[in-house]
Amino acid sequence: MIQENAKCISVKKLTPEIYQLTFRSSKIAKIAKPGQFINLKVDNTLYPLLRRPFSISDIVGANVSIIFNVVGEGTKRLAKKVKNDLIDIIGPCGNSFPIKELNKNTFVYLVAGGLGVAPFPFLIRKFSAKQKFITILGARNRNYILKDGLKNILISTDDGSVGLKGNVIDLIRKSISTSNNKDSVIFACGPTPMIKAVSEFAMKNGITVYASLECDMACGIGLCQGCNIEMNNLTSKYELVCKNGPIFNLENIKF
Amino acid sequence: MIKESFKIKNVTFKNRVFVASGTFGYGNDIPTLVDVSKLGGIMTKSLSMKPRDGNPSPRIVETSSGMLNSIGLANIGVEKFINEKLPQLKNLDTSIIANIAASTIKEYCGLVEVLNSYKTVKGFEINISCPNVKEGGLTFGVDVKSVEKITKLIRKLTNKPIILKLTPNVTFISEFARAAESSGADAVSVINTIVGMAINIKTRKPKISTITGGLSGPAIKPIALAKVYETVKAVSIPVIGIGGIINWMDAIEFFIVGASAIQVGTANYINPSVGVSIAEGIRNYCKDLKLKDIQQIIGTLETGKSSSIIDSWL
Repeated sequence: MIQENAKCISVKKLTPEIYQLTFRSSKIAKIAKPGQFINLKVDNTLYPLLRRPFSISDIVGANVSIIFNVVGEGTKRLAKKVKNDLIDIIGPCGNSFPIKELNKNTFVYLVAGGLGVAPFPFLIRKFSAKQKFITILGARNRNYILKDGLKNILISTDDGSVGLKGNVIDLIRKSISTSNNKDSVIFACGPTPMIKAVSEFAMKNGITVYASLECDMACGIGLCQGCNIEMNNLTSKYELVCKNGPIFNLENIKF
Repeated sequence: MIKESFKIKNVTFKNRVFVASGTFGYGNDIPTLVDVSKLGGIMTKSLSMKPRDGNPSPRIVETSSGMLNSIGLANIGVEKFINEKLPQLKNLDTSIIANIAASTIKEYCGLVEVLNSYKTVKGFEINISCPNVKEGGLTFGVDVKSVEKITKLIRKLTNKPIILKLTPNVTFISEFARAAESSGADAVSVINTIVGMAINIKTRKPKISTITGGLSGPAIKPIALAKVYETVKAVSIPVIGIGGIINWMDAIEFFIVGASAIQVGTANYINPSVGVSIAEGIRNYCKDLKLKDIQQIIGTLETGKSSSIIDSWL
């Protein structure tokens, strides 16, 4: 993990709602793994005060990208960054999706809700060429559907403006019923209600889910103990999303 | 050369910048990000006899130029601290102060007893001011008699520096500082967090699980300065200033008011090496003023003829 002032390469609007910020950091690019996040200070002011965590969305050479939508003062200012602005970044933080542990015949369902698509372009880049997977995207409407860097895509939207009118569970169910994959795993990222629904579905069908969870954080590096999540196991009641996660096997999470 | 070191009781600290308990883990959690040898000392995460899970989520929320927390003293317990952390802390070139928190007076004493024999532990900071636990913590910190009792009992158990960490959630913090001093404390840390709230207006629910939490960060600096001012007028033991310090200029304000040292808390979350930058900034400020010792700034507040309302209270 390092801390540095990274140079902004670009801020692009990829959909009417989603922005992509790319910065240059050869050090982070070199060591980052899919599922890890960076924690950035939007600017030098006292408001917003704390850093903001973002999943690493993609890495090309030394260029590291994140995606976001404008929800508050921090992301509003982030959207206005221009080339060569310096951004104070700590990263890469947290653990990663267990792609090295996949059997060669394991079929992977990548399941993303809205901005939860963030970690998957980088993850797909790190998959072996033979990896079998599909990407299931769900969102409110077409403005939140981002396909950049993804492959084998199925889409659902709440309003039916693109893809199936429904949700990601409908798509997973359909996809599983028509496939003959014996060994499959779900990698999920998205809003908590979606994660819960995926967890319930997977539990009933005996499928393991690794999900990237989110939680407000003050430090992102395990100092503040603010981002606790309740566990099912007996060894510790809570773990920290920033340090023990953000990727968790959902069997261990108490929703 | 500017003299940066200073003493509390029999221990010399290399400079006057400490990292506050609960904002820096157990001391060696982020070795790649901070050169701790540039710090005066580290106040460990509050330690209790048994491990504590802490409070349910959500535990933190950002507020205007500050944050509320309700961690609830989550910690690994003193035994694990001694077995797993102390051997590593031994190699750090800075002073380790064990911050202890307890639900009973007996537990405070027990913690000092077990930690006292370890050389790496240079002193104790007694947390009697955590606003986020049901028993202990603040209930002791808002009762002068409890402060006296705890300090006296701990004094009998150790010759190492005892620093009482005081709460601002009282009418006169100076009464508590006086009680600590007269019962044998060697210094006081002023202030712990201020009880605060934040509400989600859509759900009408509090933004942290325990309804109220402890406010910290730049938002509380003016309050902390006033509490330090009140305290230094009441006692002659060193006062360690804490509350919203994020840069060296903030630290200088605390020195001018009369703090002998400072602690950096919430700012560590934003920039884990901020303590090192603050120590450097203080050094440069002294260099510019051609001072030989940081002591020369301490308590140099120019109040002129008009006295503040606090002066009339004391």
